[in-house]
Amino acid sequence: MSFISLLWVLLLGSLLGLELIGKVPPTLHTPLMSGANAISGITMLAALTLIVKAEGNVPLLIIGSVSLGFALFNVVGGFFVTDRMLAMFSRKPSNKK
Amino acid sequence: MNLPVIIKFVIDLLAVLLLALGIKGLSKVKSARDANRLAAFAMSLSVVGLLSYYLGTSGIAIQSWIWIIIGSIIGSLFGAILAKKVPMTSMPETVALFNGCGGMSSLLVALGVAIFPISSGQENFDFFKSLINEVSISVSIFVGAITFTGSIVAMAKLQGWLSTPGWTQSKVRHFVNIVFAVASLIAFFDLIKGNTSSIWLLVIVSSLLGIGVTLPIGGADMPVVISLLNSYSGIAAAAAGFVVDSQLLIVAGAMVGAAGLILTQVMCKGMNRSLVSVLFGGSLSAQSTASSGSGEYTNITSCSVEECALTLEAANKVIIVPGYGLAVAQAQHTLREVTKKLEQNGIEVVYAIHPVAGRMPGHMNVLLAEADVPYEQLKEMDVVNPDFPATDVVLVLGANDVVNPQAKNDSSSPLYGMPVLDVQEARTVFVIKRGMSAGYSGIKNDLFDLPNTSMVFGDAKKVLNDLIGELKDLGVGEK
Repeated sequence: MSFISLLWVLLLGSLLGLELIGKVPPTLHTPLMSGANAISGITMLAALTLIVKAEGNVPLLIIGSVSLGFALFNVVGGFFVTDRMLAMFSRKPSNKK
Repeated sequence: MNLPVIIKFVIDLLAVLLLALGIKGLSKVKSARDANRLAAFAMSLSVVGLLSYYLGTSGIAIQSWIWIIIGSIIGSLFGAILAKKVPMTSMPETVALFNGCGGMSSLLVALGVAIFPISSGQENFDFFKSLINEVSISVSIFVGAITFTGSIVAMAKLQGWLSTPGWTQSKVRHFVNIVFAVASLIAFFDLIKGNTSSIWLLVIVSSLLGIGVTLPIGGADMPVVISLLNSYSGIAAAAAGFVVDSQLLIVAGAMVGAAGLILTQVMCKGMNRSLVSVLFGGSLSAQSTASSGSGEYTNITSCSVEECALTLEAANKVIIVPGYGLAVAQAQHTLREVTKKLEQNGIEVVYAIHPVAGRMPGHMNVLLAEADVPYEQLKEMDVVNPDFPATDVVLVLGANDVVNPQAKNDSSSPLYGMPVLDVQEARTVFVIKRGMSAGYSGIKNDLFDLPNTSMVFGDAKKVLNDLIGELKDLGVGEK
């Protein structure tokens, strides 16, 4: 990929992000933040790339692995916590009385 | 184009689409839970896509697999355990911690690439390309470090491990932060010029900058800061995407960055604060000491639980105003028992939810949902405010700043202009509170001095338990 096309990707991605969220009910602020936060752990892909391309360079492998650990901590924890929060909304009016 | 490239392209495209749909779905109550799962699925899909691409092209060495597995297991395990164990009350700091780790990950990737340049497979050395590489590494380190230290400070402050040091409220902090910012800029350009040793300077000063910027911010503004830091971690991910040449990372990072920015804006609006005043205004309490906001209470009425129960029994309409104190006391289930009793007696009960009640928007909704409070009894501020004059009793449970009439009446108050719940319009207001301490903003609450306000001192859970006993004695809710 050329740098220019990567810049296009950046621009379009940002515009998409700006458009995606219009009105958010206050109820969902925390879950939305937490969900988006989990997605930002996508750096795990960069960490994976680093490990694969390390070619036996042990310090690099370790850095990559630690980075992967941090990213997955973010991703797995983030999605679980979001699900826990949202699970509380989903069992709402059904069990009234 | 060979097959692995095409497969990866298709998978990446699908993952981006699903992630976008996920973020979109998360902003609606009905679709939120499925959307979250969709996003999680898209993330795993992207990992499969990446691994299958490398398997199909260069192959993945055994050694790499070992390190991948070690990192994945440890990270996922800790993440899952923390997510399951953490109490709902500490959600904000948990999100902050996760967020900081995301920033740390981007920082480490950039560091790794900077110290041990990976072979890109291209033989021709291109000056332009290496320049871009240096810039993206620097940006990734800079933003990643700020995200990490900023989030950790935010978490520590919310946990109460860290208080706001005095000097951070004076003008000194602007000077200190400008020094850090200038130093990181110098390191930034030094690094781009090819001086690799300045990378450590960049790591250190941008970490310090993250601390310096977050430390002065008061607790009430913390949710906004976490949301902003969340946006930063998206930017850090996008920068890491430039480092390793991954479109998927760039798109996803940019999406989170932009969406986080919008969410931050929405939250600011809910608190009637501008982003600039949150970031540079310091905490509210610091400004209040100079204004008329601080002062002694002169007309406090305190009353017993018994009196409170008697008044409640005679009421037709009761509004509950929950706040952080309720969350801390974990009293949501006890509260639900009290309101059940009242409802059985034909008393109308409604919960008034201020947009920033608790320490995080939506905090109270989550908490009350946990206690099985029917969703339709939760009323947002704009809906419930006209109801207060026709309300007999308002129970304020651990909320403070969001019911401070100063925000309406006193233009010198730092709270002035913030939308609040007009509880003082009701006939009787009971404030259940542990003591006379100020709210999170550190500002005196004029509500407590009003003649129709009575204070019931005690821990929210204990008071509510006593209340259940008193109501039982009165025969309320016995059928």
